[in-house]
Order: sequence, then C-alpha cells, then structure tokens
Amino acid sequence: MNDKDDIIPSEGAELADQGYSAAAEVGVIKARRTFAQNVWRGLKSAPPTALFGLTVISIYVIFAVFAPLLAPYGEAEIFPMSYAPWSEEFRFGTDQLGRDVMSRLIYGARNTVGIAFVTTLFAFIIGGGLGITAAINNNGWLDNLLSRSVDVLMAIPSLIFALILLSMFGANTLNLIIIIAVLDSTRVFRIARAVSLNVVVMDYVEAARLRGEKMFWILYREILPNIMPPLVAEFGLRFCFVFLTIAALSFLGVGIQPPTADWGSMVRETAGLIQFAEYDFTAAMTPMLPAAAIALLTVAVNFVVDWFLHKSSGLKD
Amino acid sequence: MSEKNSGEKGDILLEMRDIVIDGYSDDRWHEIIKGVDITLRRGEILGLIGESGAGKSTLGLAAMGYARAGCRITSGSIIFDGMDLMKKSAAEKRALRGTRIAYVAQSAAASFNPAHQLIEQTVEATVRRGIKPEAEARADARKLYRDLQLPNPDTIGERYPHQVSGGQLQRVMTAMAMSARPDLIIFDEPTTALDVTTQVEVLASMRRIVEQFNTAAIYITHDLAVVAQMADFIKVLRYGVTIEDAETRKMLSSPEKEYTRSLWSVRSIDKKEERSDDIILKVDHIDASYTGSAKVLHDVSIEVPRGSTVAIVGESGSGKSTAARAITGLLPPSSGQILFNGKALPPTLKGRSVDQLQKIQMIYQMADTAMNPRHTVRDIIGRPLEFYLGLHGRARDDRLMELVEMIELNESFIDRYPGELSGGQKQRICIARALAADPELIICDEVTSALDQIVQKGILELLLRLQREFNLTYIFITHDIATVKAISDQIVVMFQGRVVEQGMKSEILSPPFPEYTELLLSSVPEMDPDWLTGLLKARAEGARATN
Repeated sequence: MNDKDDIIPSEGAELADQGYSAAAEVGVIKARRTFAQNVWRGLKSAPPTALFGLTVISIYVIFAVFAPLLAPYGEAEIFPMSYAPWSEEFRFGTDQLGRDVMSRLIYGARNTVGIAFVTTLFAFIIGGGLGITAAINNNGWLDNLLSRSVDVLMAIPSLIFALILLSMFGANTLNLIIIIAVLDSTRVFRIARAVSLNVVVMDYVEAARLRGEKMFWILYREILPNIMPPLVAEFGLRFCFVFLTIAALSFLGVGIQPPTADWGSMVRETAGLIQFAEYDFTAAMTPMLPAAAIALLTVAVNFVVDWFLHKSSGLKD
Repeated sequence: MSEKNSGEKGDILLEMRDIVIDGYSDDRWHEIIKGVDITLRRGEILGLIGESGAGKSTLGLAAMGYARAGCRITSGSIIFDGMDLMKKSAAEKRALRGTRIAYVAQSAAASFNPAHQLIEQTVEATVRRGIKPEAEARADARKLYRDLQLPNPDTIGERYPHQVSGGQLQRVMTAMAMSARPDLIIFDEPTTALDVTTQVEVLASMRRIVEQFNTAAIYITHDLAVVAQMADFIKVLRYGVTIEDAETRKMLSSPEKEYTRSLWSVRSIDKKEERSDDIILKVDHIDASYTGSAKVLHDVSIEVPRGSTVAIVGESGSGKSTAARAITGLLPPSSGQILFNGKALPPTLKGRSVDQLQKIQMIYQMADTAMNPRHTVRDIIGRPLEFYLGLHGRARDDRLMELVEMIELNESFIDRYPGELSGGQKQRICIARALAADPELIICDEVTSALDQIVQKGILELLLRLQREFNLTYIFITHDIATVKAISDQIVVMFQGRVVEQGMKSEILSPPFPEYTELLLSSVPEMDPDWLTGLLKARAEGARATN
C-alpha cells in the first residue's frame, strides 16, 4: 500500500482541480537512488551488531585475498624448531613440524573460507536451480521426483554420510567440495522451492509462459530476481554450516589435506598443547587461535544475516 | 442500552476542523490530508468520494481519532459528541471504538478471524465492553442478521467466515458494527469487492439498518453512483483537499468543479457499434474443467469479428475468465475446438507455434502482478520485441519509444520499475507490452476494474484509439456494464459457465431481456439518488406478481 503515497505530488493542492493526463498521473517522480546511495542508506541504519559483523567479515576477506603479502612466512615453510614458543620471530610460535602458526592462520583464511564459499556457491547453484524448476513444475512428476529424492538424502545424518562418501571417493579438495555441496543443496532446494511457489502463481510468470518463453528464461529472469532476498540470507547461514562442517571434517582428518593450511586441521595438530596450560599459557592458547577464528567468523556472518533477514522481512521494529 | 440513541436527530455528532495528517515515506513526512473539515449530524450519512490516494480512508479513520501505522494526525480538532478525541488518551479512544464508533472495512474476508465463528466475532466487542451480557448480545445479533436479510439468521452465526459468501460476510460485518448500537459507523468501501448483483442487496440492507437505528455514517467509496444511493451529503476529495461539498441531489444535478464531473466520465464514452462478418476467432462448443473439479464451461460458443470488441459479461464464477484461459491455451478444453483465422488452434500452450502465440495477446486485471517488479519498463516492453520480432539494440529501442508514445507516456518512463508507476500507468505499460507483439487479437481481462473512474476513462479511450489505428480485435471481459456500454460492439452474457446470449450491443441492451440479463442490467447503480429505492420497489412488486 506504500505506492499510494507515491501518487501524491508534493504540490497536490494546485493540481487538484485539473484535467487528466496519463503522464502526469504520478506527479513529481523522485530521482532513483544509485546503488551506492542505497548501500550507504542501509549501512547508516544498520544495528551495531551488523556493523561489527561486516567489519569482521571484511577483515577476513582482506586476509584471504592478500595472504601472501600479509603472512610473514610461506604457508608450508618449515623451520628447524618445532613447537617454538610465542616470540618476536614467530608471533604465535610454530607447530609440530616447525611451521609458523601465524602465517598458517592467515593462509587458513584463504583456504578454509575460500573452499567453504565455493562449496556454498555450488550448493546454491544445484539446490536453487532444481528448487525453482520443481516449483515451476509444481506437483508434476519432476517436482515429485526431485522432492522425494531430497527427502531421502535429508533422512541420512549428513556428517556421517559425508564421512562415508569421503572415505569411498578419497579425501581431496575437489571431492570435499562436491560431496558437501550436494548434501547441502538439499536444504537450499527446500527453501528455493518454497519461496518460488509464491512467485510461480503471479500473472507475470503466466504472461511469460503465454509468450512462449523457455523454462530457463522463466527461472532465471522472471523468478530468480524476486526470490533473491531470502536466498541471500540463506546463503549466509548455509555458508556458516558448510564452514563448520569442513572444519569438523578437517579436524577428523578427512577434510582439507596437508600441507594446505586449514583451521580445522590446525586445531587437531596442536590440540595436545592445551595440556601444558599450567606451564606455558601462551603455548596452550595456540590451538585456541584457529578455533577462535572459526567461531568469530560464524558469529559475524550470523549477525549480518540476522540484520538482512530483518530488513527483507519488511518488519519495522 | 436503548434501541434509540440518546441524542436527537439533527444534533451535531462529529465535528472535524482543519484536519492535517502526515504520512511517512522516503525518510520524511508528507501531508496527506491538508486541512479538511467535516460536520456530521446524528442520523446523517456523509459520502466521501475520490480516487485512490485522495486520502478518503485516512480521513475516515481519523474520525475515530486513529491514524494508521506510518501516519500521524498533526493538527486540527476532532470533536465527537462533545469530546475532543485529539486530547483523549489511547485507552479512552479505544473505549469509544467498537461501542460508540464502529468501522466496516473493505475486505470482509481479510478482516474476519478465520478460526472463530461469525457470531462470536459479531458480539465480541459488545460483550467485552460489558454493554450487554453475552446471551442478550447473541440474541440481538441474530435479530440483526434477520434485519440484514441474511439467509438462516438463527444459525448462520455458527458458521466460520469461509463458509459464507463475500456479500454475506460484508453484512455480518455490518451486524458486528451495529451490535453495540454505535452513534457513528464508518463504511470504508464496503461493496467495492462485490459483484453488482450482490452489491445491491448489501447496499439495501446497510441503508435500511442505518435508518432504523438513526445512526450517523461516513460512507467512503470511489463510486459516485453507489454513494448517491446512500448519502445525504457528498464530499469530493483529491490529494487531501476538499474539492467540492454539497447535498447529494445538488452535487449530482449541478456539480461545480471540472474534477467532480470527470468522476463519472466513463459513462460519457459511447462507442458506435459496428457490424462485421469477418470472423477472426470462433470458439466452437467448448467444455472445460480444472483438474479434479466440476465442469466450469458448458458448451460455450463465441464468435469474434475482426476489428471489433466483444465484451463478455457476468458475475464472478460465471466462467468468463475461464473462457479466456481456454482461448489462450492455458486451460485446454475437454471438447470442442477454437478456430483462429479459420484454422483450428492446438488446444495446449505447448502445441502452439510462436507465431500463433504472437497473434493472441493478453492484458490482465492486476497490472501490479502482471509485470515483474524487478524488470524495468524497457525490459517489459522490449522482451516481446526481441522474442517475436527479433529486434535488438537500436531498432528495439526505437520501436520501444514509439510504443511508449503510443500509450501517451514519454521517454522518462523507460527506465522505471513498475513500483514507481501509478495504477493507470502500469496498465498502459501492459497494453504496450501486448501491442509490442504486433497481435491481431487482445484479450482484456477486467483491465479497468482495479482503476479509478477517471483513469478508467483514459485507458478505455486509449484502447479504442489503438483499435481504430491498428484494426485490433478485443475480447473484453468485465462485470461492469458502464464499461461494456462504453466500448463494445457485441456482448456475450455468461452465467454459471454457459453463454446466456450473444448479440450486438444494441440488441442485448434493449428489452426484452432474458431473466439473468435483466437482473444484471438492473443491478448497475445509476447516478440517481432514487435509483435504489425505485429498484427495490420494482423488485418487490415483481416478486409479489410471481407469487
């Protein structure tokens, strides 16, 4: 009903008793905001939690992109001293092979976050595409086939299923991405199908079908732009889950393989140091650093997603 | 509480002075109502009319001292029965609402709680405010149902909202408003969503009950003919200012302002009917049904001559939109066939060639949902140009400009999104999209029924002009007889999935009428304050005669 307000020109009183003209109907049209203005408006009204989340995410992204420049040493560079204490030379000490922990933390941002991001993207392409297709084919054979297959996949606990598949196909990065993406796409399928069902019934989709448009056009041009807000929010959430799953798998030893630096496996490799807390507190903190990096990013993404969901839900307060 | 209100007829009940109301949009407050006065005496009905965005509803709600979310009453005084509502606390105002001031909303279906019985909702406010004990209130509600001529007045209250029709629901809401015997009722477009045949009954029962209890009312609508039946006085609003204020008969016979006259302008269009024997589309004895439900079309045959307008009229559920779906191929008929330019059209959408799809275009009732909100006007009109005519780049943009000018808009609209356009402009863009395909036949499904009178007139004139210029053929689906008179050559009357009659406009609109056509035609409100009274009398006599 907001568009009612748009019809009222600011100097309505003078226009009130004039004849009719289609072009003048809207009266004074406000200039459209540019994308940058919209972003700025959004940021200005963002709650502190969301700003905190955005700041943290930006820092992670900077570290991921500029890892080779920011890290003091190479990702797999080995020094003669293993388990070196925190010092000027090695900010957070070295690990069991003598690799600089700080450098590996920085490269870990690139690997762990990057792989999680690519995996989530695949999950959305597969799940989103099939979900919208199922909605267009509402209750047809394709919809039923896809929906029931997804039900079957979702019935199996995903971490265990991922472990089985990884041990079957071998634990390399490509397999990891494909397996997690497929398993996670089931959740994306559900939400994409649900939100698309509301759009599929609109007249403009019918108009496109009457025009003779192909399925891909309807999916990509008519439906997708209208279901973006919930999908983007879901992307953030799914990213967290994928990220945690990969970290968990790496911790278990079937995730990202050495010598690639990765936070999950870093926790595992240095976990033993925790027991020396009473002798050298800083050394005991070493496994906590990658764990904290994982936790912080998860919290930050959730803050941003909460804000985004709130905005796209249209609730005022 | 007595049946009669305490005050005498003729005492001033509501006095609103210099009301200014702001609405919030685009990060700032705009004035929506700019200093309007209302004086209402007991037992009087005031009609508030104007197009959408005029501020009618906002003003109506302000009479209860209420402003919608995103609105605020910034100045003015609202004196209701000696009390200044502007100075009352929220709790004090709340105590008045539902007991001394009641509100009847436009969409009854959206206003009832689907999980409670009608009678519970009818008496809820009365019982909770302690005006009447529950048993007494329920007995009274049943009496009101009877007064409002609802079927089975003693048991209808036990039903749930989805179990009664829209017209019945609207009457139950009137009973709800009446339950506490308020001094003032605000009717906000109560019959806009109803069919003409239902509208007459609802109007008649509302008017009767308001007279019976000597209640004052504010009746908000955009339909002047409706308000003429109900109101003693009429106030015309536009952009939040009063345009004209007069006694009903005076307003109708000699309106002073140009704008007021334009409010019933659709009725001034008159197309000369043309006869043509070159049949472009022939719907040949088709039956159709939606999967898993009863047949909705029974042996429907329609002939559409080239270059003319065939209006399909009927109330909701008569099958007129289903007939359009069958023609477009969205709903394949179960028997019979559709001939286009003498050749049979494949029944399903998939079976038709791009060429066949191109020749039949469709314009929808709700321009809002017919255009993708994420596409600009350029995308919306440009797509059929690319898709059917293979135009790209400059050629496409040149043609786009021609089309936009054809629908009387200009270049500045091309990069706007539908959300930035008004209702009439949106519908024009939909017309341009249909035209872009270079069609021979355009199916217009209630294209003007969601628009204000003045905008309707503009759209209808545009369609007529385009028809003359491009020799277009229209199938015009509508329930509005004024529109039919304005633009059709031929008329098809449909009722319960069957064609009642088809013929030239002059033949259909002149007596003798088949029974259903008679009912439909006589139910259209006329710009005559005595029309409803006369009609009810005539119908009562007719009923007596048949008995």
